[in-house]
Amino acid sequence: MSRTHVTCTINGDEVEFLCEDDTTLLNALRDEVGLTGSKEGCGTGDCGACSVIMDGALTCACLVFAPEAEGATVVTVEGIADGNKLHPLQQTFLEGAALQCGVCTPGFLVAAKALLDENPHPTETEVRYALAGNLCRCTGYDKIIRAVLAAADYNGSEG
Amino acid sequence: MTPFDYQRIPEAAAVPAQLTPTVRPLAGGTDLLTRLKACLDRPDALVDLKASDLGRAIDRVDGGWRLGALVTLSRIQHHPGLRADVPALAEAVSQAATPQLRNRATIAGNLLQRPRCWYFRNERVQCWLAGGEGCPARSGRNEHHAVFDTDGPCVATHPSDPAAALVALGATVTVLDGGGGERELAVADLLVPPTDERRVEHVLAADDVITAVTVPSAPRSTYLKAMDRAVWAFALVGVAAAVSADGEVRLVASGVANTPWRLAGAEAALAGPGLTPEAIDRAAAAATDGAAPLAENGYKLPLLRTLTHRALTAVA
Repeated sequence: MSRTHVTCTINGDEVEFLCEDDTTLLNALRDEVGLTGSKEGCGTGDCGACSVIMDGALTCACLVFAPEAEGATVVTVEGIADGNKLHPLQQTFLEGAALQCGVCTPGFLVAAKALLDENPHPTETEVRYALAGNLCRCTGYDKIIRAVLAAADYNGSEG
Repeated sequence: MTPFDYQRIPEAAAVPAQLTPTVRPLAGGTDLLTRLKACLDRPDALVDLKASDLGRAIDRVDGGWRLGALVTLSRIQHHPGLRADVPALAEAVSQAATPQLRNRATIAGNLLQRPRCWYFRNERVQCWLAGGEGCPARSGRNEHHAVFDTDGPCVATHPSDPAAALVALGATVTVLDGGGGERELAVADLLVPPTDERRVEHVLAADDVITAVTVPSAPRSTYLKAMDRAVWAFALVGVAAAVSADGEVRLVASGVANTPWRLAGAEAALAGPGLTPEAIDRAAAAATDGAAPLAENGYKLPLLRTLTHRALTAVA
C-alpha cells in the first residue's frame, strides 16, 4: 500500500510526514514526527493520555487517523511551554507533585490548558467536568485538580 | 485493525453512490475507530465525510432547528439558541461522553453508534449481534443491559443520550441514498431493534448518508441521566421529557432497551396535558410497566421511575 503524505502544523512548525492510511494521529506523532509526549493509554478514547489540541479543540489523538490531520493545526504537550519557560500548569504540577507514575500527565496538562484557554478562572466543579476525559490510574486526582486551580490563580496574578 | 484506504470526496452529494458494505463513511470516528481497533468492522475503504461539503451549520427553521449532519456535540452543547429552545437535546449532549469526544463526535454519527455491550465489543466473543449465535449477556454479566423487550435476540442497550432526547422531541433525519433520492425519517423510525436479517440498530442501507437532523422546538423539555461516575459514563438510565408545540407530552428512556424506549404506559397515565403532581406520580409509577429486568439490573427500575418523576416535574 502506498504511503500517504500529510502536511500539518504541529506546535507552530509546519511538519510533513508519510504514513499508512490506518495510522492514528497518535502513532504518527510518536513514530513519524518523534513527539513522544502524547501517550497511548487505552487506545479507545476513555483515558485521554493522548490528548492534543487539534484546530483549537481538545481531541484524543488515538481516535483520529493521521490523514485526517491534513492541513490541521495540532498542539501537543511539547508545545505548551514558552521556550524554556514552563507553562503555568507545568509549573504548578511540578510544585504540587501532581503526578505519580506520570503516564496520564501529558494528557492532563493538554486538557487543562484547553480548559484555561477557554475559561481562565474555572471553579473546582468546572475543572472536574473539564477533565472528565482524563483518567489517572494512580488515582492522584486531588493533587491534579489543585494544580489546575493553582495555575488558574497564576493566570490571575498575571492580570 | 485491518488496513484500508482513506478517501476524500469533496461533494457530499456524490458520497452515497460510492458507499458499499465495505466502503464506509467516517465522520467523528469516536465510535468507529474503537470498532475498527476491535476488528468488529473491517472496511476496505473509509470516505472521510469531514473532507466533503456535508452540512455543518446550525440553522433556525420554521418551528425548530436544522442541524447539519457534521455538527459536533460540543457545538450543540454551547449553542445558546439550542439550549433555550430544545433543552432536552442540549442537556443530553452535555451529559454525553467527555470534552475530547464531544469535540469530535457528530450528531448524526452519535445516532448510529453501536452498543457498548461488553460481549458484543469483545472480539473473541461471536454473539448474535456480531454475526454469531446466542446472547452471553442474558445468562452472564448484565448489570448494564436492557430491562425492556428482553425476550428478543439481544439485550444490549442503545448507547446514545441524544437519541432519546431526539425521539422525545419528535426529531427527523434527512437521508440521501446512492440513487440521489432524499427522504425524511423520524428518529423513532430510524432506530429499531436488530433482526436476524439486519443485525444493527438502525434501518439505513449501506448507501444511505444522514445529511441533517431537524428538531422541533420544545422549550419545555429536559434530559436527565443516572451514571455510575458523576462526570461521565454511559447511561445506566436516562429519561427525556418533552412537551410538544401542541401540548403532547412525550417520555423516552435511554439505557433500558435496544433503542430509545418510549414510556407509553407513563404517557397514558398522565391522562391529559395537565402535569399535576398527582398525574406525575401516576406516570412515574407506570414508567416501569412491562419491564422484565435481567438478573443483575433490577436496580434500573427505581432509577427509571425517579428520573421520570423528576423529568416531568422539570417540564411541568
